[in-house]
Amino acid sequence: MGTLTNERRVISVIVMNESSVLARITALFAGRGYNIESLTVAPIPNSDMSHITIATKGSAKIMEQITKQLHKLIPIYKVVEHEEMVEKEMVLAKFPIAESLADISVLASAYNGGVVNVGKEMIIVMVADEPMRIKHFIEASQRYNPCEIVRGGVVAIER
Amino acid sequence: MQMSGAQMVCEAIIAEGVKTVFGYPGGAIMHVYDEIYKQKGFKHILNRHEQASVHAADGYARATGEVGVAMVTSGPGFTNAVTGLATAYMDSIPLVVISGQVPSQLIGTDGFQEIDAVGISRPCTKHNFLVRSLEELPRVLKEAFYIARSGRPGPVLVDIPKDITVDIGDFEYPDSVDIPSYKPTYKGNKRQIEKAVEAIKLAKKPLLYIGGGVVLSNAYELVREFVEKTQIPTVETLMARGVLGAKNPLLLGMLGMHGNYASNMAMSETDLVISLGARFDDRVTGKLSEFAKYADIIHVDIDAANIGKIVEVDYPIVGDVTEVMKKVLEQMDDIDTDRYEAWRNILKRYDELHPQSYVDSDEVIKPQWAIERIGELIGEDAIITSDVGQHQMWAAQHYPFDRPRQWINSGGLGTMGFGFPAAMGAKMAFPEKTVVNVTGDGSILMNMQELVTAAEYKIPVINLILNNHFLGMVRQWQTFFYEKRYSETDLSFQPNWKALAESCGGIGYDVTTKEEFDAAVKDAIEQDKVCFMNVIVNRFEDVLPMVPSGGALFNMMLPQKIDEEGK
Repeated sequence: MGTLTNERRVISVIVMNESSVLARITALFAGRGYNIESLTVAPIPNSDMSHITIATKGSAKIMEQITKQLHKLIPIYKVVEHEEMVEKEMVLAKFPIAESLADISVLASAYNGGVVNVGKEMIIVMVADEPMRIKHFIEASQRYNPCEIVRGGVVAIER
Repeated sequence: MQMSGAQMVCEAIIAEGVKTVFGYPGGAIMHVYDEIYKQKGFKHILNRHEQASVHAADGYARATGEVGVAMVTSGPGFTNAVTGLATAYMDSIPLVVISGQVPSQLIGTDGFQEIDAVGISRPCTKHNFLVRSLEELPRVLKEAFYIARSGRPGPVLVDIPKDITVDIGDFEYPDSVDIPSYKPTYKGNKRQIEKAVEAIKLAKKPLLYIGGGVVLSNAYELVREFVEKTQIPTVETLMARGVLGAKNPLLLGMLGMHGNYASNMAMSETDLVISLGARFDDRVTGKLSEFAKYADIIHVDIDAANIGKIVEVDYPIVGDVTEVMKKVLEQMDDIDTDRYEAWRNILKRYDELHPQSYVDSDEVIKPQWAIERIGELIGEDAIITSDVGQHQMWAAQHYPFDRPRQWINSGGLGTMGFGFPAAMGAKMAFPEKTVVNVTGDGSILMNMQELVTAAEYKIPVINLILNNHFLGMVRQWQTFFYEKRYSETDLSFQPNWKALAESCGGIGYDVTTKEEFDAAVKDAIEQDKVCFMNVIVNRFEDVLPMVPSGGALFNMMLPQKIDEEGK
């Protein structure tokens, strides 16, 4: 790991399901001047815990502080700074119906997704892929004049 | 047993063995105060400001090592308590602060005296709770005390909506706590400890650097034994004064911005820093790139986040100082103390070259003299608290502290107004001990309303006001770094201190000579009443040595006398 490089890292945080636990985490990032690139939260099935995935940037030293400071929060059960992971992000994108629907459909399936809704005026696609590929999808989609793109934030699991 | 939420609060406080609670009632906490009226398990002190309540509970906690408890109402009652929480948080002091909150159904409606207490206190508490139901109240109270005192201690806020204090339910106070996500590490890693011991035995110029964690962990006897066995020179941080005892020949003194010459030089030249419960604060390290430049670092800390936060550590040990030192001592029997002889001699010479000193005067009382003198007069048994500023540093430098928990001050947050209420808390815990708050003419006014409290409850603490008619520490920086532009630091306009104290039911002394000083101290101890001792000291006295902010530890501004003799 580089020492001063501003490396992108993904951290999984397992927390007890209780009120304001998310506020504690975001307040910690804000108060200590760490960045949050994306953040997702959902309950872990059949447990009283939730899984929070945070994508962030910083040097190795800052990463160490982030994981240690997170771990100090009382309702945080476990903090994993991912090394070898499978990482995915889901994106919903809305295009005008006048655009080439076939092209859009092909584009979406090329990025591991497809058309999920077609209305009178809009077509909505969903893709789910690695963050770098998601970036490419968003770039490629620009030529079809997307009206709205909603990114879901990354989720990750250690390999 | 069936009882109201308010009663549960009182029962929990009693079950935790707390003897004194400091607080201030108000609308949202009234039901609890109604129960306080009926119970006999603990004493309640009505401070005249919520900030003072929390500082008093803090002083109680620092003097005893037990959890201090303060109680406040919602809204402004709570916000007044925030400075107290932050003060305790920065110094890792175990507190439980109970605040009233508007009734559950009013939360979020901007009700009268409603404020988001858990939101505000999140960054200045170890943990906080907004109680959601009566059922969880006993567990929350138990967890609050447990979290406050375990691991790295700290303040915990319990915010209780009024309706929950009124409701009646089943009370069974839990015997134990199980928080799956909170398991502090006490025992240090065995292998890491062995490596550290090896490093100590191989070092030529080791230096023991002890911080407030040694006090919190009650590890001072083990640390003294370690020093005795190894004959390793030692420096203390502001928070660790008293751990080794002033008479110990291996104690070099306090290090850092106002540390003495030998201590700062020792840190600059050591080849192995053995850090116990210290956190490499910027007031200690000075310029980081020059700090302990030639040393490997052993860092023992119960808080893993402290390790590697400021400096790179070669031997990290996460654990309680007490537990770690027990294991270290087992491996110290074959230590060769002669190995460090040359190093000790170098440091001895440094101390002879520039001892902690000041130029005394017959015309005016020097603040350093006042500290030394009160040390001689009231002895090793007294408890000394302080506010924040020059007087705090002089007290830390010149008082002959002999044991931990004898010195109580706001080190991390640097809260002016801390000393007086903290002294009251300490005095409540140890009524037989003389308690002196060393303060300044700036700081004391920040919680002077406590004169009334101290007089009412007969809490006879001595407020030793080192009066230089300045906000002295800021004035000192203005002299050195702002070309003597004394912006808003001149306190020439002063109250009549004697009359002020007397009007509140205390005693006042105006002291301008050494004779008057001795007489006032003697009288204050005999009278056994809260007092303001207004000691007029040399106006432009500076705290020296001084390492200018951001400078290297070895670049110290030294007292004048030493410079002259050096020439």
